[in-house]
Amino acid sequence: MSDLAPTTITMPGDDAPFDAPRARQSPFVGFLRRSRRHGGLMLGATVLFVIIVAALAAPLIAPHDPYAQNLAQRLIPPIWHPKGTWDHVLGTDKLGRDYFSRLLFGARISLLIGLVTVAISGTIGTLLGICAGYFGGKVDAALSYVITTRLALPVVLVALASAALVGGSLQGVIIVLGLLLWDRFAVVTRSATQQIARADYVAAAQAIGCSTPRILFSEILPNILNALIVVATLEMAHAILLEAALSFLGLGVQPPLPSWGLMIAEGKQYMFFSPWVIGVPAVALVFLVLAINLVGDGVRDVTAPENRT
Amino acid sequence: MLAYTMQRLIVALSVAFTVSVVAFFLLHLSGDIAISIAGPEASPAQVEVVRHQFGLDRPLLVQYLDWLWKAVRFDFGDSFYFRDTVVSLIASRIGVTLTLGAISLLLSLVVAVPLGVLAAVYNGTIIDRLALSFSVIGQAIPTFCLGLGLIIVFSVTLRWLPVSGASSWKHYILPSIALGWYAVPAVMRLSRNGMLEVLSADYIRTARAKGLAPGVVIFKHALRNAIIPVVALAAVQFGFMLGGSIVIEAVFSMHGLGYLAWEAIARNDFPVVQAVVLILATIYVALTFLADVANAFLDPRIRLA
Repeated sequence: MSDLAPTTITMPGDDAPFDAPRARQSPFVGFLRRSRRHGGLMLGATVLFVIIVAALAAPLIAPHDPYAQNLAQRLIPPIWHPKGTWDHVLGTDKLGRDYFSRLLFGARISLLIGLVTVAISGTIGTLLGICAGYFGGKVDAALSYVITTRLALPVVLVALASAALVGGSLQGVIIVLGLLLWDRFAVVTRSATQQIARADYVAAAQAIGCSTPRILFSEILPNILNALIVVATLEMAHAILLEAALSFLGLGVQPPLPSWGLMIAEGKQYMFFSPWVIGVPAVALVFLVLAINLVGDGVRDVTAPENRT
Repeated sequence: MLAYTMQRLIVALSVAFTVSVVAFFLLHLSGDIAISIAGPEASPAQVEVVRHQFGLDRPLLVQYLDWLWKAVRFDFGDSFYFRDTVVSLIASRIGVTLTLGAISLLLSLVVAVPLGVLAAVYNGTIIDRLALSFSVIGQAIPTFCLGLGLIIVFSVTLRWLPVSGASSWKHYILPSIALGWYAVPAVMRLSRNGMLEVLSADYIRTARAKGLAPGVVIFKHALRNAIIPVVALAAVQFGFMLGGSIVIEAVFSMHGLGYLAWEAIARNDFPVVQAVVLILATIYVALTFLADVANAFLDPRIRLA
């Protein structure tokens, strides 16, 4: 922590004197205190919380079965439209499936993709970055080369081709994105590790004979965690957007799963007469990604006030 | 300068080579291509004929070297699906994508750099906050949603611009906005941060103390130095745009390289997919190389470090 955040922080309107350290306050309490004053972070966290709860409780909230077709009730407009009905708050799609229910279950897909992809790509990227940053020299040169090569590959195209090859499924998309999106993790972890590897406490750990894995994972990793959390949120948003794009192009998540990207693709041919068919999932997508990005930017501001831009 | 250029060139060439390995093996290790070409109803004998016809019965390494040797001479073989050579397919499509990418990049720079400068000059004011909010919201809008939204507003409702195609300059307006949009937040943030850093430098204080007009200080003294990192980012963003234009080309039915790749992927047309991946990656590598050299030329500190 000491490298990234000063131990005493005075915020405007804070009545504590500048140089008096707070008595026995854990870093986490300080984090929460500063978070509460960060408007963007609070807004993002609230929206994200609502979406997560809605996704988890989807089977309880959803008024209809998201897969139940009803051809007699195709393309019913949402409630704000003069022809809208309370039975289908957000209307129905071309097969008469309830849009609100599909949206709720679609949130599960987006969140699942975001979380699992980041778990995979974060592990790969952090391992590569921490090794490159700590060992330096030839290891760094070799791993930096791997990172450069990865950056040269056109992500959308390679993701599309690989997703098509593994057969376009939820698992396939997650694996492909997880194996592709580790570049930013590696870049950030590498430079953060380089800064910390010269710190006194790392030298002390080396001097008392700690094993290399111990130094990497108990000394260095906890100290770059702040930066990693920020990258993780931004990459989660990236993964969600890419999944939507892949599904929109028909090579990602396959029907009848209610992926938001797929809902937009299915609605595309009706958008001239019923624009809400693509508008509803598009707005949901923007809200989710915006909320995640706000949380990421907010955490960066709050954990490292001296980096605030 | 020459030593630095040579060093970057060697890195660029070896990355391009590694990418060719990835592009080749990515598609070859993932399944039996002969079965995909012959189709699901083909008998084993027919599959064998296809395998031999396309040279797929040779060792993988021989196939790779053969492919690479032809690829460096711009021979990517024949498309499986389109009755044409891969090179002539790409030659007929790449113009649309390069035009789209260039207009998009220009558009995003024209919007993002002044916005970033404005935000930096009026740092901490409402202008700065609006610019930052705009960049956060901008990042959250998926390109294909923006593209569809633009179609609904400008093509369907207002009827100002065509819905799809690439036959006149009017067809490029909406796709360029949708594609260029993606680069605006990154370029804006970088030019803002660069300007902020430069504006607090001593020579800016000196220039102001001399009594130079604020415009001269900002554009002649500050912007010239702040723009250096933007050059590199612009090159990288152009590479991203060429790769990302696949989505925009699909939305607007523009028959460029991305659309070609999309069609090829959906039809297991491996020679086309490999060639497009290799070409886009090579363009990206060449762009980053040029950006590195240009940066070193503009900023002696980089090449002497």
